[in-house]
Amino acid sequence: MKKDLRRAWNVITSMRTALVLLFLLAIAATPGAMFPQRSLNPEKVTQYYKDHPDLAPIVDKMSGFEVFSSPWFAAIYLLLFLSLLGCLSTRIPVYFRAIVKGPPKAPKKLDRLPAHATVGTAPAIKAEDIATILRKGRWRVRMREEDNGTTTISAEKGYLRETGNLVFHLSLVAVLIGIAVGALYGWSGGMLVTEGSTVCNTVQAYDQFTPGKFVKPTSLPPFCVKLDDFRATFADNGQPLSYEADIKYRAGDDSVTQDPNTSFNLEVNKPLRMDDAGFYLINHGFAPIIRYTDRYGTVFESPTPFLPQDGALTSEGVVVLPDANQDPASTERARDQQMAFEGIYMPTVPESGPAIRSARPERNDEGVMVLAYRGDTGLNTGIPRSVYTLDQNQVDKGALKPLGSKLLRPNEKWTLDDGSVVEFVGTVEWMSVNVAHDPGQLIALGGAAGMISGLMVSLFIRRRRFFARITTADGNVLVTTGGLARTGSEAFSREFAALNKKIVERLDLTPVQEDPESSPVKTKDLPDAMQEITDVRAPASAGKE
Amino acid sequence: MTNTELAELSDTLLITAIGAYAVAMVGYTVEYAFGAKGAVASRVKAQLPKQRALATVGGGTPDTSADVPTPPAEEPSAKRGKSARFGVFAIIATIVGALAQVACLTTRGLSTDRVPWGNMYEFISAVCLAGVVAWLVLAFTKPVRHLGMFVLLPVVLLLGLAGTVLYAEAAPLMPALNSFWLKIHVSTAALASGVFLTGFVTAALYLIRERYERRIEEWAVQDAKAAVSGMAENSADDSDESEDADTSRELRFPLTLGPRLPSSETLERLTFRIHALAFPIWTFAIVAGAIWAEAAWTRYWGWDPKETWAFISWVIYAAYLHARSTNGWRGAKSMMIVLAGWASMMVNLFVINLVTSGLHSYSGVS
Repeated sequence: MKKDLRRAWNVITSMRTALVLLFLLAIAATPGAMFPQRSLNPEKVTQYYKDHPDLAPIVDKMSGFEVFSSPWFAAIYLLLFLSLLGCLSTRIPVYFRAIVKGPPKAPKKLDRLPAHATVGTAPAIKAEDIATILRKGRWRVRMREEDNGTTTISAEKGYLRETGNLVFHLSLVAVLIGIAVGALYGWSGGMLVTEGSTVCNTVQAYDQFTPGKFVKPTSLPPFCVKLDDFRATFADNGQPLSYEADIKYRAGDDSVTQDPNTSFNLEVNKPLRMDDAGFYLINHGFAPIIRYTDRYGTVFESPTPFLPQDGALTSEGVVVLPDANQDPASTERARDQQMAFEGIYMPTVPESGPAIRSARPERNDEGVMVLAYRGDTGLNTGIPRSVYTLDQNQVDKGALKPLGSKLLRPNEKWTLDDGSVVEFVGTVEWMSVNVAHDPGQLIALGGAAGMISGLMVSLFIRRRRFFARITTADGNVLVTTGGLARTGSEAFSREFAALNKKIVERLDLTPVQEDPESSPVKTKDLPDAMQEITDVRAPASAGKE
Repeated sequence: MTNTELAELSDTLLITAIGAYAVAMVGYTVEYAFGAKGAVASRVKAQLPKQRALATVGGGTPDTSADVPTPPAEEPSAKRGKSARFGVFAIIATIVGALAQVACLTTRGLSTDRVPWGNMYEFISAVCLAGVVAWLVLAFTKPVRHLGMFVLLPVVLLLGLAGTVLYAEAAPLMPALNSFWLKIHVSTAALASGVFLTGFVTAALYLIRERYERRIEEWAVQDAKAAVSGMAENSADDSDESEDADTSRELRFPLTLGPRLPSSETLERLTFRIHALAFPIWTFAIVAGAIWAEAAWTRYWGWDPKETWAFISWVIYAAYLHARSTNGWRGAKSMMIVLAGWASMMVNLFVINLVTSGLHSYSGVS
C-alpha cells in the first residue's frame, strides 16, 4: 500500500506527467475560445442553442459553455499544481543542501569534463591564490586536501538560476491563491446610470450581480455615485474618440444620508478606485424622455435607456405604461387600456431616406420613431422579461394593438385617437458601469511579478562549475582545471579559457602544451558530482560550435 | 485629425519594405544555392559521405552533431567569394527593409498622433519588424546568414497579407485603446511574436536537418553492413541489396535542404535560446495585458477568446521549455511543440481576430 502511494506520488511529480498535464491544459482551454461562454456572454449561448439545436445540449452537458469552471478543467490544473508542489517539495531541500554544502568534490580526472585544461607549471604556488581569483569573480569556492597531498579547488557560480526557477514556480502558486481569494471574497456587478441620477452600492441597484462564495450581499461597502454629465466625442467617420463622465461620489456610512460631494472625471481605462470597490465606465447610450398624458390627464414621464444598435448609435427601447388610462375614480383595472411604445432613437435623423437608422452618433438633429400600442402589455403575468423589448406574444395574439407610428422631434406632440398625447421631450445620456472588488488581485499581481523575474533569472543565468587540481611532481607544481556548464556551453568555454589565462598570468605559470585532440566526453561518463548540474538526457555540449 | 500626407508616405514605405525584403530573399537564395554551404558546393562533394560513413563505423557511434557532410576544405574560392557577396548584399537589403518598416510605422504613428500598433495591420507589421530585427541579430552573431530566406519568407507573406486584406486606413484610437498600457502590452506582444517567429523557423529547419542526419546515418550503417558482408561472402544477392539501397538514396524535398543547414545540435540550441528570450517577453505581455484589463474591464482575467489563446500559447511554449529537459523529449519531439506553439499564435492572430468576437475586437478589418 505504502509502496503504491510512493509510486503514484513519483508518477505525479515526474516531469513527464507535468508535460502531459501541460498539454492537456492547453487542449482543455481551446473549447473555451471556440464555444460561447456563459460567464462572458449568455446571449451568445442562447444563440448557439438556436443555431445548433442538436449539438448545443451535448456541448452543454460536457460543460462546453462553462469550460473554465468545469470539473475537468479544474481536475487538470489542480493535478498540475499538485505535480508542481510535489516537484518543489523535493527540489527545495536539494537546493538548500547545495547552498549549505557548497560546490562538490573535484572529480578524480578533470580531463573527463567537457572543458578541461592543463594550465601550467611553476616551482611553487599557493592554492589560496587561485581561490582568491575565483572569489573575486564571485565564484563560490571550497578547497580540499586529498590524501596524497594534492589540493583541489571546487568553485560554482549561478546558484541564482535554481533560485529563479523556484521563485517562478512558487509564484505560480501565489497567482493561483490570488485567483482563489478573488473568487471567494470578490464581487462584481453592472448597472446603468442616467444623467442626473444617483446610484448606490446595494444589490438591488444592480442589473446583474456576481458575489464571491463568501460575500454577504447585504454588507457591500457603502458608496453612492451621481452622474452629472456624460460626453462622447467622435471623429469625422463616426469612430468614437473619447468618453468622459463627470461624476460626484461619496464613500462611507454617511453616503446613505448625504449627497455625493467629491468630483471625479470618469473615463474608459480610468476607473474610480475607492478603498473596497472600483467603479468602471463600460458603455454609454441615450435615454429618450417620452411624456405620455393619458385620457384622464395623468402624466407619465421618465428617461428610458435605449440600447445602441450600431456605430451611429441608432438605439432601440420600449416604454411600457401598465398604469396608463386607468380611471382614477375607479378601482377596477382596465388591462386592455394599458399603453406601450416601441421607439427607434436617432441622435442624427438622416436628411433623406426612411428615418430608421441614425446618420451620425452625435446629437445633431435627434428624433425618435415611436410605434404606439394599446392593450394588455402582459406585464402583470409576473414573468421576468427584458425591459428593452415588448412582449411579442401579446402583440401576436392581438392583446396589444398597434396604433401607428410617427417620427417625433424634440417637443413635438402626437395626439392619439383617444385624445391622449405622446410627446418627445428630449434625451439624457446614460452610462453603463461595472463595479467590482477583488481582494485577491494584489496577490496575483505579486505572483505575476515573481513569475517574470524568476523566469528571467532562471533562463538567463548559467550555472557552472570550475575545478582546479594542484599536484606536485618532480619538484614542480602542476595546475590542471576542468569545468562544465549546463547551458550556454559556448559562453562557458570562453569564460573557462579566460579563467585559465588569468591563473597563468597571476601565478606566473609556465604554460604546458596540451594535446588538441583530447576527446570530448559524453555526459553519461561524468563522475557523480557532475550529474546534478548537467542535463542527464542531453548529449554533452563539449565546447563545439 | 489625421495627416493624410504622412499616412500616404507610410503606405509607400510599406511597399518599399516588402520590396527590399523580396530583393534580400533573392540575395539569400543565391548565397544559399551557390555559397560555401550551398547546394552546388555539396553536390560537388556528393561522393564524400560514403567514405566518411565507413570510417565512422569502426569508431563506435557516429557523431551526429558534426556537419555531415562537412563543407569541403578545398572550396572553389572565386565562387565562394561571389556568393558571400550576395549574402552581404542580402543583409544590407534586409537592413534597408527593416529601416523602411521603422519609418513606415513611425510615419503611421505621427500621422495619427499615437503609437503605431492600434489595429491588426499595424500589429502584424510590428511583429514582422521584430522578427526581422531578431533575425538580423542572429545573422550577425551566428553562422546562419545563408538561411535568411527561410525567415523572410513568412515575413513577406505576413506583410503582404497585412498590407492588402487586413489593411486599415490610418485613424485615431478608439477610447478603449486609449491607454498607457497600449504602449506596453501590444508592443511586447508584437516583440515576443516576432521572436517566436524566428524560433519557429529554426525549429522547422531543425526538423528537416534532424531527419536528414538520421537518413545519412542509416545509409552509413547500410554501407558498413554491405561492406562487411561483401568481404565475408561476396555473393550475388548482397550486391543486389546494395544496389537497392543505392537507388533509394535520393533525398526528397524538404530533406534536400538538409545538407546546407547548420547541424541539428546548433539549430536545437539556437531554437532554445530564441525561446528563452521570447517566453519571458510573452509572459510580460500577458501580465501587462492583465493589468490593463483590470483598469479597462474591471477584471484582470476573464477568459476572453484572445486571453484564452494567449494562455494556450503560453502553456504550449512552457511545455516546450519543460520538454527540452525531459528524458526522451529533447530534439524532434520538443521541436514539434514549438511548431504547435507557433500554430497557436497564428490561430490567435487570425482566427480570434477575424472570426471570433470578443473584447479584443480591434482588428480594424471591415
